[in-house]
Amino acid sequence: MANVQAGVPPTDKALDVERKGARPRSDLSRQRLRSAWLFLAPMLLVLALVAGWPLLKTIWFSLTNASLSDLEGAEFVGLRNYWEYVDYGDGEGEYFGLLFDPQWWNAVYNTVYYSVISVAIETVLGLVFALVLNAEFKGRGFVRAAVLIPWAIPTIVSAKMWAWMMNDQFGILNDMLMAIGIISAPVAWTASPDTAMWAVIIVDVWKTTPFMALLILAGLQMVPGDVYEAAKIDGIHPVKVFWKVTLPLIRPAILVAVIFRALDALRVFDLIYVLTPNNTQTKSMSVFAQENLFQFDKFAYGSAASTLLFLVIAFITLFYIKIARLDLGGRGK
Amino acid sequence: MKFRNMALAVAASALMSGGAAKAEELALVAGSIGKDISELRMQLDAFEKETGHTVKLVEMPASTTDQFGQYRLWLSAGNADVDVYRTDVIWAPQLATNFVDLSEAMKDEIPKHNPSIIQSQTVDGKLVAFPMYTDAPALYYRSDLLEKYGKEPPKTWAELTETAKEIQDKEREAGNGQMNGFVFQGAPYEGLTCDALEWVASNGGGQIVSPDGEITINNEKAAAAIDMAKGWVGTIAPEGVLSYKEEEARGVWQTGNAVFMRNWPYAYALSAGDDSAVKGKFDVTPLPAGEGGKSAACLGGWNLAVSKYSEHQEAAIELVKFLGSQEAQKERAMNSSRLPTIPALYEDPEIAEAQPIVAAWGDVVENAVPRPSAATKKQYNEVSKEFWTAVNETLSGRGSAADNLDQLEKRLRRLKRSAWE
Amino acid sequence: MPYAVKRTGFYALVVFIVLFSVFPFYYAILTSLKSGTALFRVNYLPVDFSLANYEGVLTNGVFPTNILNSVIVAVVVVAISLFLAVTAAYALSRINFAGRGLLLLTILAVSMFPQIAVLAGLFEMVRWAGVYNTLFSLIFAYMIFTLPFTVWVLTTFMRDLPIEIEEAAIVDGASPFTIVMRVFLPLMWPALVTTGLLAFIAAWNEFLFALTFISNNSTRTVPVAIALLSGASEQEIPWGTIMAASVIVTVPLIVLVLIFQRKIISGLTAGGVKG
Repeated sequence: MANVQAGVPPTDKALDVERKGARPRSDLSRQRLRSAWLFLAPMLLVLALVAGWPLLKTIWFSLTNASLSDLEGAEFVGLRNYWEYVDYGDGEGEYFGLLFDPQWWNAVYNTVYYSVISVAIETVLGLVFALVLNAEFKGRGFVRAAVLIPWAIPTIVSAKMWAWMMNDQFGILNDMLMAIGIISAPVAWTASPDTAMWAVIIVDVWKTTPFMALLILAGLQMVPGDVYEAAKIDGIHPVKVFWKVTLPLIRPAILVAVIFRALDALRVFDLIYVLTPNNTQTKSMSVFAQENLFQFDKFAYGSAASTLLFLVIAFITLFYIKIARLDLGGRGK
Repeated sequence: MKFRNMALAVAASALMSGGAAKAEELALVAGSIGKDISELRMQLDAFEKETGHTVKLVEMPASTTDQFGQYRLWLSAGNADVDVYRTDVIWAPQLATNFVDLSEAMKDEIPKHNPSIIQSQTVDGKLVAFPMYTDAPALYYRSDLLEKYGKEPPKTWAELTETAKEIQDKEREAGNGQMNGFVFQGAPYEGLTCDALEWVASNGGGQIVSPDGEITINNEKAAAAIDMAKGWVGTIAPEGVLSYKEEEARGVWQTGNAVFMRNWPYAYALSAGDDSAVKGKFDVTPLPAGEGGKSAACLGGWNLAVSKYSEHQEAAIELVKFLGSQEAQKERAMNSSRLPTIPALYEDPEIAEAQPIVAAWGDVVENAVPRPSAATKKQYNEVSKEFWTAVNETLSGRGSAADNLDQLEKRLRRLKRSAWE
Repeated sequence: MPYAVKRTGFYALVVFIVLFSVFPFYYAILTSLKSGTALFRVNYLPVDFSLANYEGVLTNGVFPTNILNSVIVAVVVVAISLFLAVTAAYALSRINFAGRGLLLLTILAVSMFPQIAVLAGLFEMVRWAGVYNTLFSLIFAYMIFTLPFTVWVLTTFMRDLPIEIEEAAIVDGASPFTIVMRVFLPLMWPALVTTGLLAFIAAWNEFLFALTFISNNSTRTVPVAIALLSGASEQEIPWGTIMAASVIVTVPLIVLVLIFQRKIISGLTAGGVKG
């Protein structure tokens, strides 16, 4: 879900009302326990149907020879979609499968490149935006509202808007840059191999920086005002205050924002699919998988790509949960 | 989940009550390019009036690659909501199992049509799709500009390069800064496979994969042809040509900003339209040839196929017959310069009067070069993707043509393994 | 550095931020108001004021139906996920039971699922259930991202409510369901509105599932309709129409976001960034 994840896990303040309850503990807690599972059941059922089962099916398809036109006839082939040695005889042979597919690795490279660069830029810009929004000035409410606009615009719409602005013949971006003198001839932003990835990154930065800024701003607002007061009285230079005091205090907020954004960036699909269709320079893992699933007759191969992408993201998620040291209320025995 | 049973029940009752003369509601899906959609709508209205059926038009983007991906998906989902698909000439082998065999229903019509086009739509003896119109590209040129600078329409790519450069430079000097020498389809999609196949074939470099399935693309002549095209990008063609499909190229051309354009005949009627900046200032000629080669035009064309998941197959076949008929093809040729698949229509004086390109294009169609869709069977789409990717990379300056074709050959070999399937 | 310079610098930064955020949308509006060949001249200020593109997109074809589809899908998705999430969040936040931590972890993990990872499996399911090319398929599929998110945020919100509000009801012997409906629901409107709105936006903007599970243009939702908008135009790509459609689908979102600005910010940062 693009950009709307809750930034942070809930801290555990779960009630143990039963301990304070007036009635005998066992009765009450048994009743509450029963309703807990009753309350959870519908949600869990839906999640199992919409996430659990399809995920298992995808993994299963990745181990078969399923083709789009014949899903039922899929036969188990082991890891062949990931790794296979084909012997041509006479000692000649070749490795096949996703792990030996240069185009898959190209997609991995593109995705990682895109994620690292765009998240890095968004973090820095987001920090700047947040610092500005945290300052007191006239019209702050207006600026804060303006900043939310890119975030509210659907990804497809922003891709189209920017595709038009980046149009090589009639685009305003070329017009502007030529007027300032940065470029001397129109640039084909979305087509040229040197700029296609940057075009995607620019649009993503535009759309997502506000989200970063808001998450960081929330962190900034937690910094108690007297910290600054004290620093001011001690005559410490504001830049030094920023590096020594503010930044360490908001580091957790930034970290969380960065990880959420990175997870989002790693599964990028819409933006690339619409802005730079079929372009090798920008093909991401999701696009690669979608293409194999539905455009080529390689449903199983596409499923294998989906599965690998899932594993990468699952790994990062686990890593995140570990470093964020989430307290998920593990008190329940 | 009872939806499935419900759908079956609905289908069954529809079949039982489906008498011959009952008015049915059909859906036809087609890509939108030029004024295809409005033209098609007109013919559908006529069909509705004649038969009492109604036809819903599902619109898709112009790019055949985008369409193909979606159609493959819908068909494999057993989608009953679309009855008739407008299919590209190259799709027949890949989608054959999803379409109804039309050979029996069309047996009276088939003899009127160009046999090689019928052949291209026949898979394992089954007529998968019925031809609607065929396509073979033209070189559009600005007759006014060529005359102004005393040039002849080019016969070879080298001449084209030279003429385009000269006119572009002189026009730009004269203050026409937006002028480009040549626009074509350079975006990574099926259209580039067509354009590049023409460069390669006209230079004696073969057809990517030979009719018997041999991978032939890695040769010097093919590399030379693609290197030549690489030389155009940023000199006579704008760099943006790397993202141009048919309509983007036509956009530049029709606003009067290109000396030459490679495009399909549909652009002829539109360029001659009242709101066109090049009205009365252009003409067409067959595509240039390579050194010592001969002009090659990629065979295109669109057909109509009836989905085997359709619940109104009879009415759908009626619709296909109507749209592929001589009258409908004639109307399409007159209004939007779409090339008929019925040879007799090339002699039709009314068409020749309204759209001279049609009458002049009979030979070009006859000699058009097919893409290797028959040889590579179900893998054609991927073969084509590999090819257009290699060409697009070369055009955009990532690797030389020779290196990229070398890579391409390896990739195609991997795809093929022991045989195309 | 003199104060005036700093101040000017600061305001320059503010202006940059506003321009950066607003300009592309402003330019989309500008383009949507142009017609004919004016489209191909770059302007920075409005020169034309033609509603032809809007008229075109709203009267020709099925775009209004697409908007309706999007509204239906998004509203139903939000209603179902809020309904399921409120009770689930109560259980997760206020009842202590074994495996709760693991459950929360699972829900968090699901919210990070890449859509592509379930696409193949979902596709098979949708086909099997016979809901291909219906809005049901989307309503069902969208649960994968709206449900974990709403559960997560509402759980956070409910945890932060004080113990006292529930105590009296428990003492009175009210059942947990009554407690949720009578005690919590009235307190939760702000949280419900925020989460609902965020889930609405996510459902409204979704593209991949809608592209995969829908075929006909009368069943398409807005993002796919815009991505595939071909417009029966004779002037190459119908940028004017695309921009008009884009503005139409974006303005309501922007209005909603601006109205609920503060709530959204608190929803986005649900639970506060406390680490």
